[in-house]
Amino acid sequence: MITIHNVTMHFGRTPAVADASLDIAAGDSLALWGTNGAGKTTLIRCVLGLLRYQGTITVAGHDAWSDGKSARLLVGYVPQELSFYDDLGVGEAIAYFSRLKGVRTVAVAPALDSVGLADHARKRVRELSGGMKQRLALAIALLGDPPVLVLDEVTASLDAVGREEFVALLERLSGSGRTMLFASHRIEEVAALARRVATLEKGRIVGIEACSQFVAKLGRGAVLHLHMAPRVRERALNSLRQGGFVPSLNGVGVLVPVTPEQKAAPFRVLADARIPVDDFELVSFAHAAAMAAHREEARS
Amino acid sequence: MIAPTLVPHLHPPRTAPSLVSNVAVIARRELRDAIRSRWFLLYTVAFVVLGLAVSFVSAAGAGGTGLSGFGRTTAGLINLVLLVVPLMALTAGASSIASDRERGMLAYLLAQPVTRAEVVWGKYLGLAASLFASLTLGLGACAIILAWKGVRTSPASILWLAGLSMLLAMGMLSLGFLISVLARRASVAVGTAIFVWLSLVFVSDLALMAGAVALRLRIERLFALSCANPLQVFKMWSLHAVDASLDVLGPAGLYAAEEYGRSLHAIFAGCMIVWIVIPLLAAALLLARRSPL
Repeated sequence: MITIHNVTMHFGRTPAVADASLDIAAGDSLALWGTNGAGKTTLIRCVLGLLRYQGTITVAGHDAWSDGKSARLLVGYVPQELSFYDDLGVGEAIAYFSRLKGVRTVAVAPALDSVGLADHARKRVRELSGGMKQRLALAIALLGDPPVLVLDEVTASLDAVGREEFVALLERLSGSGRTMLFASHRIEEVAALARRVATLEKGRIVGIEACSQFVAKLGRGAVLHLHMAPRVRERALNSLRQGGFVPSLNGVGVLVPVTPEQKAAPFRVLADARIPVDDFELVSFAHAAAMAAHREEARS
Repeated sequence: MIAPTLVPHLHPPRTAPSLVSNVAVIARRELRDAIRSRWFLLYTVAFVVLGLAVSFVSAAGAGGTGLSGFGRTTAGLINLVLLVVPLMALTAGASSIASDRERGMLAYLLAQPVTRAEVVWGKYLGLAASLFASLTLGLGACAIILAWKGVRTSPASILWLAGLSMLLAMGMLSLGFLISVLARRASVAVGTAIFVWLSLVFVSDLALMAGAVALRLRIERLFALSCANPLQVFKMWSLHAVDASLDVLGPAGLYAAEEYGRSLHAIFAGCMIVWIVIPLLAAALLLARRSPL
């Protein structure tokens, strides 16, 4: 369904994606995994024809750049955060995009209903919570029943409850025959939604494997999600690096992979550097591995 | 709460909406947004109030009779259009693409089955329609006041003025779009648009006068240089169209009237078309090559 062949994309002289090749069959669900700046979002933007690249990308045979309009007709896209005219009504917003997609406006109400926003159609977009905005973006993406869904770190800016609801919604979609390509920082999301995982490092695809294999390889460790104010994130990254960790940024703070023995150690490093942490979550790889194995069993 | 089921039908591929359909959808959205926005309201109110003030003063001066009243009104309205309309159109065009890019809206829009050209044409037509509405309201109010005060006005003159104002607005809107595509941030785009407006309204006039004296420019060259400024073209064309003498513009106007006569309409129209088409085409081509992020 999606073919990515020798794709390279540069920002200035820096390669953001380097010689990437992928084949995603119809009905497959592939996660792009990697740290910030690994090239996940850039690759997704190339698939959407937003960035010019060298190489070939096709969606159901349509070239993503030269025949982008036809390719995008087959794709529903959900960004990290919905950027919208805030004073637009929810109903107006979805009706606008239904016209651009050539979908009859009678499809608007069922689309809102399918993501649980039917009661909010008269609200302004700015009145919606982060989770509701993402559900609106998903409703827009699903207009016209596109066979492909492309999701770019869609839960990165959501709180725990919003994230759980949204992932549950996506889980129902992932087994429905749609092809999914998504980028994520969260291992539990990958375990819940992906069949295969492509790992990116500095723009290169360094491995593609079954989700259960990928998660099992991560071992007994966990990822500590530290929520903190944007102004202290860079300082936190530096302090954690000096403390021997390999942290990365995401939408709400800093991610730190930890072993079972050092789960509390990042907090000590940050406390010594007087960097406040607003909240945290610990996601264990073992739990994600169990989830992925369970899904694989269910599929087979 | 979230509905219990999401049953996809995976319909066979539809055909993408046509260029005309997408342009119309985007234009309608842009028109609605412009009408709801504060800048549109502010400029329209300012244009109507100033236009009414010009009409009242001129009508009072004319004693309620005679075409001389309208002559004065026309001169006042031409100057008003020269100041307000380019500012309106330049800033509207400059903020359109740049602010959407800054908010991430442009990338989201282009991730849908639309082309970059459709976005440019749709936004342009929507904003042009909003400017048309504003100008119609402003000049229409002036015409009503003049009629009410008993000043005999020629409908043709009012229509000429409205039509030429719209052409000027479209030219400035094109230039605004080009600025918008080139600028990375909305604030830079609007700042550049205001600088261009100041240059066209004040600096180019002064530069032309200074250049004519210092370089002893030949009269035909002076006229050609005047045609390079769309505001000058509007001024000369408006005066020519309402049958006023171009003598008021000095030697260059006199030369133009004597040398080109009736073909002046075609010359001015050509200049305006160039100002409308070239910057807009450049904006569309540049957006097709640049990242929308």
